[in-house]
Formats: sequence, C-alpha cells, structure tokens
Amino acid sequence: MAFTIQFIIDVLSLGGAYALMALGLVIIYGILRLVNFAYGELIMVAGYTMYLSSGSGLPWIVMASLAVAMAVVFGIFTDYAAFRPVRAKSVTAVLITSFAFSNLLQNAALLFISPRPRNVPLPPIFSQTVEIGGAITPVRNLITIAASIVLLAAVAYLMRKTTLGIAMRAAATNFTMARMLGVPANLIISSAFALSGFLAGVVGILWIGRIGTVVPGVGLEPLLVAFIATVIGGMRSLPGAVVGGFLLALIDTTLNYTLPQDLLKFRDAFTFTLVILILLWRPAGLIKGPASGQRT
Amino acid sequence: MSETRLAVADVSVEFTGLRALDHVSLSVDTGEVVGLIGPNGSGKTTLVNAITGQVKLATGTITAAGVTLSGLSPRAIALQGVSRSFQIVRLFNAMTVLENVEAAALAKGAGRAAARERAEALLDEFGLASKADELGDSLSYGDKRRVEIARALAAEPKFLLLDEPAAGMNDAETETLLHTLAALPEKRGLGLLIIDHDMGLIMRLCHRLHVLASGRTIAQGTAAHVRAHPAVIEAYLGKGTAHA
Repeated sequence: MAFTIQFIIDVLSLGGAYALMALGLVIIYGILRLVNFAYGELIMVAGYTMYLSSGSGLPWIVMASLAVAMAVVFGIFTDYAAFRPVRAKSVTAVLITSFAFSNLLQNAALLFISPRPRNVPLPPIFSQTVEIGGAITPVRNLITIAASIVLLAAVAYLMRKTTLGIAMRAAATNFTMARMLGVPANLIISSAFALSGFLAGVVGILWIGRIGTVVPGVGLEPLLVAFIATVIGGMRSLPGAVVGGFLLALIDTTLNYTLPQDLLKFRDAFTFTLVILILLWRPAGLIKGPASGQRT
Repeated sequence: MSETRLAVADVSVEFTGLRALDHVSLSVDTGEVVGLIGPNGSGKTTLVNAITGQVKLATGTITAAGVTLSGLSPRAIALQGVSRSFQIVRLFNAMTVLENVEAAALAKGAGRAAARERAEALLDEFGLASKADELGDSLSYGDKRRVEIARALAAEPKFLLLDEPAAGMNDAETETLLHTLAALPEKRGLGLLIIDHDMGLIMRLCHRLHVLASGRTIAQGTAAHVRAHPAVIEAYLGKGTAHA
C-alpha cells in the first residue's frame, strides 16, 4: 500500500512537472509550427533571478513571483529577438536563431554569473517530508502536484473560455485564416510566448527546487523532456503534450523502481527505446490534433 | 452614395507577367446582391482576393464605404467590414462549430458574452444549432459551407464576398441557402458579392451580374441583359454558337 502511494505520488509529481514543461513548448509550436529551442533558458532565467534576488531579504513568494515574471519577459524577448525578425523568411533561419539565442543566454550566464552551481533560496517547506498512508514523501512533490493541477486547469480554462484562448486556438489551427478574420497575429504570438514563459518560470522553480542549485545548462534537460513529451503526445495538441508528459514520467518512474542498481545509470536508454516503440506504433503521437498542419 | 458602396475601380492584377485581371471596375451597394460569373480561370476568385488584400494590385484602387482598402493588410481590410468565404472551405477544424463562429465575432472586438450570443443566433439562423458542439472537421460538406458563411457574418460585415457558397450542396440545401442569402442584404444592411457556377441560383438571387472572361469585364447588368449578351454566350459556349 505504502509502496503504491509512493509510486503514484512520484509519477504525478514528475508527470505534472513534465506536462507543464511540454505545454510551454507546444503552445509556441501549435501556433508557429516552430520549436523554441531557447525554451530551456527561460527556466534558467527563473533560476538565476531567484539566485540574484536571494540577498534582497524579500519574502520567498515575492522572489518566486519575480522569477516567473522574468521568465515571461524573456519569453516575449525570445519572440522579438529570435523569431519575429526571421519568422516569415524560413524555418531553418528560425531554428538557427532560436539555438543562437539559447546559446547567447547560456553564455551570458557563464560570463556574468558563474559556471559553478549557485544556490537558489528555497522555503523550508521544500525540504520537509510528510507521511501519507505509510509512504514518506517530500512536501515539494505534493506542491508540484498541486501546482500542476492548478496550472493545467487554468490553461485549459484560458484556452476554452477566454477571448485570448479562442484566438490562440484559431491561430494554431489556421494562422492565415485567423488573420483574415481580423485576429491580431503579432499580439497572439507575443501572448503565446508570454504564456510559455510563465509555464517555464513556474516549472523552473519547481524543477530547480528538487536540486536547490542553478547552473547555466539547467534548461537542457527540461527542454529535452518537453520535446520528447510533445513528440510522443502529439506535437499539435495541447492535451497531447500533457498526456505525453505524464506518460514519460510513468516510464521514468517505473524504470527507477524496477531497474537493478547497476542498470539504473542507463535508464535513459531504456526510456528512449520505449519512446521509439511508441513512435513506431503512433508516428504522429498519441493525440493527433488538427490535420491542417501547414506552416503558414 | 460612396458611403455605402464597395467600389473596385480600374483594377489589374498580374502574376509574373500574366494579367489575371485587366482594368476591371465593379461596385456593390449596400442592400444589393451582385453576381460575379465567368468561365474557369476568368479571374473571379482573383478579384475577391484583390478586394480582401491577398494579392497586390498592379493598377487601380478599391474602396469600401469611402475607405481605401488597396494597400491595407488582409486583417485591416477585415476590420473595415469586408468578410469573405472561400472556394475551398477553411474552418478551424479542431474547434467546435460554435467556437468557429465566435472567433470571428471576437476578432472584431465583441465581448465574450456578446460573441457567444451572436454566434448562437447565427447558428440558429443557418439551421446549425444542433451541431454547435461538433468539431469543424466532422461536418458534412454542405454544413461546413454554412458554418463558413455564418462565421463571415459574425464579423458583422458591411460587404460579404462569397466564393461558390453552393458548391458541393445538394438541390434542397441550395434552395435553403438561396432563401437565406436572398434575405441577408435587407436584414443585415450589407452588400453581397457572389461567385457561383450554378446559374439557376445566380439568376434568381442577384440583382445585377458582372461577367468576366480572361480577366476582362465582358458584360454587366441585369440577368436578362447578360443572358442575351453575345459576348457572354460566346465566352461560355464558344464562337459560332452565338447566333445559333
């Protein structure tokens, strides 16, 4: 029993974080049909904002909000710096500029802050543990689960019920047509980057909260996770990204529990084997999303 | 007069040297239904694309209610009250029928509640209320066309351009559509420009016809006038049959 509860909590907390990462990536992909490779650096920005504001004496929640706000700002900045100038020109150009922007931010962190891990302030509650039904689990896992439920519900509400959400979905299905109806395209794209940055900021705090430190390359793993989750879930579908995130977490956690100790360091090889099998079975991902996938 | 008129004046469009439209002038007044007809490749859709800003003009100007449209972006033109449907339906497939129509109202600046109300009323009017929650993708062809027209109307246009609205519809559907469309100009105070190959529909629906052939205007006027026009008969049936 305790084991089952432990397993479920692990899957849900890891899955919630993965799902949020994937959602932030797929929101941009859905509208522009372009992967933002500088997405991981938004998580890095959130981490360093926490580090830089740690001496300020501000309450933790204010520092956390500041970190999320900076991720939003850098999200919008990514659009202006890497996407907007070359968006209409070619896919390859945007691919390169988003990689370049990613590199630029990482190197700026190396140069102006440090290549060494920096401590991020965390409230005591992050390191406490709690016992549920015989299972001992860190409170931050429960916080992650709660945060992802709230955010996934909020994003679902935003997408279904608000003007901005309907405009974003219209733009995601058929960008040209949405423009022809009078949807303000640039505003929608900037909003998508802001939302992506917001999710990256929150995930950044939760993710970095697991390790307690931030390094310039901290965003690489979340980017990879988000990318794989969206690929197995379906690149064009927001629910697909969420499903992909949880599925990837289920695979990772199951392997963590079942692999013998000396094979555990090869866990990713097992994970990716399963990912390849899933893709052979469903090449377009688990949830297909709109068929009109032409980049416009 | 010009306050209630969509005026195309002396418009030419070129595609890499090929003249798709050659000094065409046409007008649609509020309350009027104008039919745009002509053989395949005569430039009908190009003219609609020119009005909605999707192709650049080589010569001429286009104004709607006194505002110059030529040179504006498609989005700006849509916001000036010019809406259109497409020859090949372009719905938002992953969104519900209701959301498709709502999106157009929202894009024109309606509030959430007003947009929902307007969309529901339009779906009622087009007999689509029972399909409001289905995805755009899942509809029959005729229903998709109706959704597209409803969506165009949700923007409350002053001028509505319909590119083959009856294509793919059966006779009964076409008949219903005819009655809905015929009532639009009066009811909504808009000018309607229709392209269609169904001459029965066009002749009964339109107050005036404008005939294009190879990018040139070859005739315009009432249905009776156009039908008897030698150039029209020649364009449609070929030389030699004109006097048969």
